[in-house]
Amino acid sequence: MPNASGYFRTSLDQDLVLLDTRTQKVSCAVFCALLLFVPFVAKPLFIDIANQVFLAAIGALALMLVTGFAGQISLGHAGLLAAGAFTAGILFKEFAAPIWVTLPASACIGAVFGLIFGLPSLRLRGLYLAVSTLGLHFIVVYLGGEYETRRGFSTGIPLDPPSIGGWSLDNGRAWYFVLLAFAAGATLFSINLLRSKTGRAWRALRSNETVAEALGVHVAGHKLLAFVISSAMTSIAGCLFAYYRSFVSVEAFSLFLSIQYVAMVIIGGLGSILGALLGAVFVVLLPYIVEWVTAILPLTASISGLIFAINHTVFGVVMVLFLLFEPRGLVGIWQRLQNYFLLWPFRQTPLSSER
Amino acid sequence: MQLAVNIVVLAAIYALISCGYVLIYRVSRVLNLAHGELMLVGAYLLYSTASLLGGNPLTAVAMAAVLGLLVGVLVYVLLMRRMTGEMVLAAVLCTIALGVMLRGATVLIWSAQVRHPMEALGWSNPSLVLFGDARISLISAILIGATAVVYAALFGFLGFTRWGIRMRAAGQNPLLASQRGIQLHGVYALAWGLSTFTAGLAGMLISLDSSLDGTMTMIGLKAFPAALVGGLDSLAGALIGSAIIAIAEVLLIQFVNPLLSDVVPFFVLLAVLVIRPWGLFGSKEELDRV
Repeated sequence: MPNASGYFRTSLDQDLVLLDTRTQKVSCAVFCALLLFVPFVAKPLFIDIANQVFLAAIGALALMLVTGFAGQISLGHAGLLAAGAFTAGILFKEFAAPIWVTLPASACIGAVFGLIFGLPSLRLRGLYLAVSTLGLHFIVVYLGGEYETRRGFSTGIPLDPPSIGGWSLDNGRAWYFVLLAFAAGATLFSINLLRSKTGRAWRALRSNETVAEALGVHVAGHKLLAFVISSAMTSIAGCLFAYYRSFVSVEAFSLFLSIQYVAMVIIGGLGSILGALLGAVFVVLLPYIVEWVTAILPLTASISGLIFAINHTVFGVVMVLFLLFEPRGLVGIWQRLQNYFLLWPFRQTPLSSER
Repeated sequence: MQLAVNIVVLAAIYALISCGYVLIYRVSRVLNLAHGELMLVGAYLLYSTASLLGGNPLTAVAMAAVLGLLVGVLVYVLLMRRMTGEMVLAAVLCTIALGVMLRGATVLIWSAQVRHPMEALGWSNPSLVLFGDARISLISAILIGATAVVYAALFGFLGFTRWGIRMRAAGQNPLLASQRGIQLHGVYALAWGLSTFTAGLAGMLISLDSSLDGTMTMIGLKAFPAALVGGLDSLAGALIGSAIIAIAEVLLIQFVNPLLSDVVPFFVLLAVLVIRPWGLFGSKEELDRV
């Protein structure tokens, strides 16, 4: 949290800690306690939504690493989720593998796919890269569909709830803690990765490839690394998604899912970990908000059948609005809000359009 | 023989759709990923006008085509105009968002039911027997004709008319073009209008040949590799690219696996991106970064 008067670090030790002011420590502790306390009082629906948010957060963080920080756009995120989910499904069905086998396997498969997804980035940039990841998305999903039809799971692969050390994950509350742990782990991992040499290399890459190379950043290697790490994380999310839904089917991994993840990153605010988390919360909550609003509005019953279409429309409109009017996303709004209170009673007017 | 006819029909479909991608990309360097949805909108417009003017089908078709053109201009004026000068990627994401929005909106307006504009128009779609036992439906034959006419018209328009030359100029160097007094917004709006017009035409003809529901957007997306294979800024390339994609798709479906139909174009796309990212006939350009 920025400080109006400025907060200056005077030693390396101070620079290494994640939370440095007392306000930060206290607010973080309160937030964590709240997160741990919530599942004991919340309704099952709320816990389900929270679980979805955690799953989405892992995926959004992964996409943020590759798009927001390394600057490599990817439209094939759903394909990577599908890769993780299908790895879990196939290993479970064919070899009855437990979760402590399928999860690392998913990560490995994800890393391999990341390498494949990343290869075009060595030659292509911007638009063309986006398009190539889009093509790969369709190919991964096709492979999954092919497996389904070949093995006779034409409607999808069912999975049993996994158990870790005799503790079966079969209810929402148990999942809540597992997914919370994974999401928190992913967040910490991302934050620390970005503070490391790799993270700085990625930022250099995003700003200017030529300059980055002149500074000694191995461009090809770091691009591939970004894709590999991001894909491995995404595949882990996909694997968890498969177990959480106890069902894998290609229908779940449509192009729309990829778009949703891109939207999380955009709506949250590119180039910010907080943005990925906020975006995940926002995009997951949006359909529930829409449902809630339509339930309140005095509309005829026929509207309930169209809820899916309303969701699509609202989602598209929100995404357009963010692109047009708030390119820095929710993080931009949050920072402006913070500045407003920090500088109060003074007003902050940016001298130039920040970007 | 039937195989050859199938290839020609599919190539014509892809060509008719992909010229829209090429037009917009060539003029404004924006990749319009909402093209499939605009196609869907065109087809639904025909369904509406056909239901309204059941008596005279030709008027209905003409009206739907004009409405399609208007939709394209509106999309530009209301939405994409604000994205001019922004990062290319932001504009592309904007079209993606537009696509999501349009898909929702079409269901809201016309419901998710499968529609049959053919019945609404009161036409029939007999299948014609060609030489060597090959069959082709009347609408498919019309589609091939329409594709030929559209391409001939576009070549003529871009090559010889005043507005066509302005369009090419704007595509080549927008700054210089606007300095020379070319109304960039007008040119861009026209490109969007024409592109949506051809997309709508394709949507109408496809929906007349089979039926009309949301799955049509997938055809629109599959035509995009055709545009890219030929080179995103080359009309002739779009024709060749469509032919390549259609040949690959029909043959692979026939001899390997019908499930491949949705991925073949993307396989070809990836192959081209790896070997020759700017396509067969496209101009080699400095590709933008994110």
